[in-house]
Amino acid sequence: MDDLIADFVAESREMLEALGGEIVAWEANPDDRSRLDSIFRFVHTVKGNCGFFDFPRLEALSHAAEDALADVRAGRRQADGPLVSAVLAIIDRIGEMIGAIEAGEGIPDGDDSALFAALEPGAELTAVPVAAAVVEGAGRSAAPRTIRLSVELLDRVMSTVSDMVLARNELARRLRESSTEVSVDGAFERLSSIIAEMRDAITRTRMQRIENLFVALPRMVRDLSAELGKQVLVDIEGGDVELDREMIEMIRDPLTHIIRNAVDHGIEKPADRLKAGKREIGLLSVSARQSGNQILIDIHDDGRGIDGKKLVEKAISSGTLDKAGAAQLSPREQLALIFEAGLSTASEVTAISGRGVGMDVVRSNVERIGGIVEVDSRLGEGTRMTLRVPLTLTIIPALTVSIGSHHFAIPRSAIEEIVRANGESVTFDSLGGAGIATIRGRRVPEVALADILGLESQVREEDRNFVVLRPAGGDLYALAVDRIHDHEELVVKPAAPAVMATGLYAGTTLADDGSPILLFDPAGLAQVGGVKLETHERAARVAEGPAVDKAQTIQVLLFRALDGARRALRLAVVDRIEEVPAESIRKAAGQLRVQLGDSILPLAGVNADLPKDEKVRVFRLNDGTHEIGYAFREVIDLSAIERDVILSDNTGEVSGVTLIDGEPAELVDAHWLFANHVGLSARSGSRKLVCKLPSADSWMQNMLRPIVEAAGYRVVGDEYDGQPDLVIASQGEDAKTDSSGRKIVLRPEREGDDQESIYRYDRAGLLMALKAAGVGGGK
Amino acid sequence: MNELLLIVSIGEQRVALPAVAVESVVELDTLIPVPRAPPHVAGLSALRSRVLTVIDCLRSLELGVSDCSEGIREAAVVELDGHHYALIVDVVEDVVEALSDPSPVRAAMEAGWERASIGMVETETGPILLVDVAALISGAEARAA
Repeated sequence: MDDLIADFVAESREMLEALGGEIVAWEANPDDRSRLDSIFRFVHTVKGNCGFFDFPRLEALSHAAEDALADVRAGRRQADGPLVSAVLAIIDRIGEMIGAIEAGEGIPDGDDSALFAALEPGAELTAVPVAAAVVEGAGRSAAPRTIRLSVELLDRVMSTVSDMVLARNELARRLRESSTEVSVDGAFERLSSIIAEMRDAITRTRMQRIENLFVALPRMVRDLSAELGKQVLVDIEGGDVELDREMIEMIRDPLTHIIRNAVDHGIEKPADRLKAGKREIGLLSVSARQSGNQILIDIHDDGRGIDGKKLVEKAISSGTLDKAGAAQLSPREQLALIFEAGLSTASEVTAISGRGVGMDVVRSNVERIGGIVEVDSRLGEGTRMTLRVPLTLTIIPALTVSIGSHHFAIPRSAIEEIVRANGESVTFDSLGGAGIATIRGRRVPEVALADILGLESQVREEDRNFVVLRPAGGDLYALAVDRIHDHEELVVKPAAPAVMATGLYAGTTLADDGSPILLFDPAGLAQVGGVKLETHERAARVAEGPAVDKAQTIQVLLFRALDGARRALRLAVVDRIEEVPAESIRKAAGQLRVQLGDSILPLAGVNADLPKDEKVRVFRLNDGTHEIGYAFREVIDLSAIERDVILSDNTGEVSGVTLIDGEPAELVDAHWLFANHVGLSARSGSRKLVCKLPSADSWMQNMLRPIVEAAGYRVVGDEYDGQPDLVIASQGEDAKTDSSGRKIVLRPEREGDDQESIYRYDRAGLLMALKAAGVGGGK
Repeated sequence: MNELLLIVSIGEQRVALPAVAVESVVELDTLIPVPRAPPHVAGLSALRSRVLTVIDCLRSLELGVSDCSEGIREAAVVELDGHHYALIVDVVEDVVEALSDPSPVRAAMEAGWERASIGMVETETGPILLVDVAALISGAEARAA
């Protein structure tokens, strides 16, 4: 409270000072509208603040002046000499009182009736205190303890200090490199500590008490609950926690939204509360506390709680969740559904909330500033929402990792955990070239940082480390890196547009050794790495559900094949289940194919006659690059392989047999399916020649690929296992060519004396070469 | 008229950069590559605790690739939209005064130069090509993509 009063005094004094000239000018010319307005604003502000601080005498004074001035503004009254004098007298009195408050004396008792009387229309000009009192008051008080600065200036100081820290780091490095005298080191140490102190101080100038945010809450809750016919008691704690000014602005909307929700949906009407055996008055507590470099804001209500099952039903009916997935959700995950777009349990839309937009926006807003929002609720007992936000935006705690000699930083807020590839609870599966890591029973897509960046990894796969990341708005994935180094606090700045355009980076910074280092954007990494955050989200949850305590179980989908056999497919390769009319399956170009939407996929699993005049169910299998269909009769269940698999003697569609739920089931070998059916389609199916381009070369992929495709080739990447008809490589890069395959080498320079390579923008030459290779390969 | 020009050579061609745009001329020692960035972005470097995005002018003009392996390269530091860039050049020669406004070059230039040039400027040592710093930074391939 003291701080607020100090703010009030500072603000009022500032306005009084600014008014000094206005008052005189107004006195000279009472018709001057703009002067009148600024004086009116002053008394109005004072009145507003006084009501808040319980200064009745000040309030009465400012109120009276405001009324009189409002009349003048509305044209009901003429600003004449006596009125001006009376208003001035009141302003003087306010100045005196503010002086008294500032001195800590409190408001002196006194009689203001003479002043009020002077304000009355037609009052005689009476002897009132003169303006000198203000001057005197200002002179009496000590020099002001606070000054007001523009935020821009503060930001500039802050950024200069950041630069200074970086400059200090560089100096430190140079000093380490050259042998220096002890006295120099000593002086440098002193400089370092001064800079550190300064940085702390300047960081604090940007800090504001979270009280600024909380102050408006009681009023908002009061208005809301009155409107809704509810009774809510607000309990606010931790208003003295300090937070970056910018951060306070960023969490204002999410916090408001959560509180509105709590009052609207959480807390019941008094009658309902009594029925439920609760006190009539609902309790809403908002508390803030600091925990490390995070601020935790808890919003807790003792209302009806969130019904997870209802949410699941909603999610299923709106199509965001399928039934099989829904059954596997843990209670916590059910609650987390409220952050999905378009879901709300409110049965009716109210003016306050419940339009089904909101919580997803809350989550994305919080995550955008590197924060997290969590929900916990017990049906009938209440809901707790927790916002975790970092203290500041400019200094980001990060983990440095490396691939070979390249160092990178990953924001720590996105890191879920770090595991070793050869750790006990970690296993890896490769599904058609795509990596899936199983970490304590949880399936997460895995990508190697080296592959994303096109760098050479110097560490064997089994010795790598995995950083499990949760990007904003997405689900977990594991990133394989060579080495993990240090935690560092980095001052991050945006990188140049050309660098940001890669989508991989969030900014650049200087590491302690003075070298530039790039900070990753975890969501961008996932995107470039081909991790489908949306589709994998549910699959990962499904895997997580019952499997948590059995690390070695493998989730499978148990189904009945067309011939009636019980078979199982690993869940991770099944993209989705489709139903197609029987006529969309036909033999074309050498094998059975199924039309699914706009694409035609090779179809496997047809080991009996297709049911005539009926819909055929088809699994859509995906290995990350290719899709194939697999026809079946019906799904039996989601299950897990818990027992040993008896491997089949011959390679084929079925890789083995095992007991699932007490009955034998054949395990379908997804690898074999893809190897046979995709291979077929590549060779004979489309009759297209295959051209292999380096996947990591963006020029090849973006510029060259369309030309090659237009020339009638099917373009594949490095991961292609078969034998391409044509390989295109950049000059100097080692490209493996098979004896039968042909090769085109591109050189970046126009000039070149060898006949082996083609200038890469020589379009005519390229097309000729493509054509020639096509004729050669087609023989 | 009296604009100052920084004469540099890129790909054995003497060209001019507007001197007002150039903050300083530095020798780059460390170069941190940026994987997946457009090819004309040679990497990042640090100068007086600032991060510089290093642009390979040869590559940007489609004239080849600068060899940054042997270590120290001369570069002109420019600022564009709040970001600092170091433009790798062969040699920084001199600062001269422009004697005319840029006028179009009517002869056919190589494609890269065509894109990056502002025009021809007269100097005491004869006509010289004035290069657009922003075009160098955006690069040929970034534009085409």
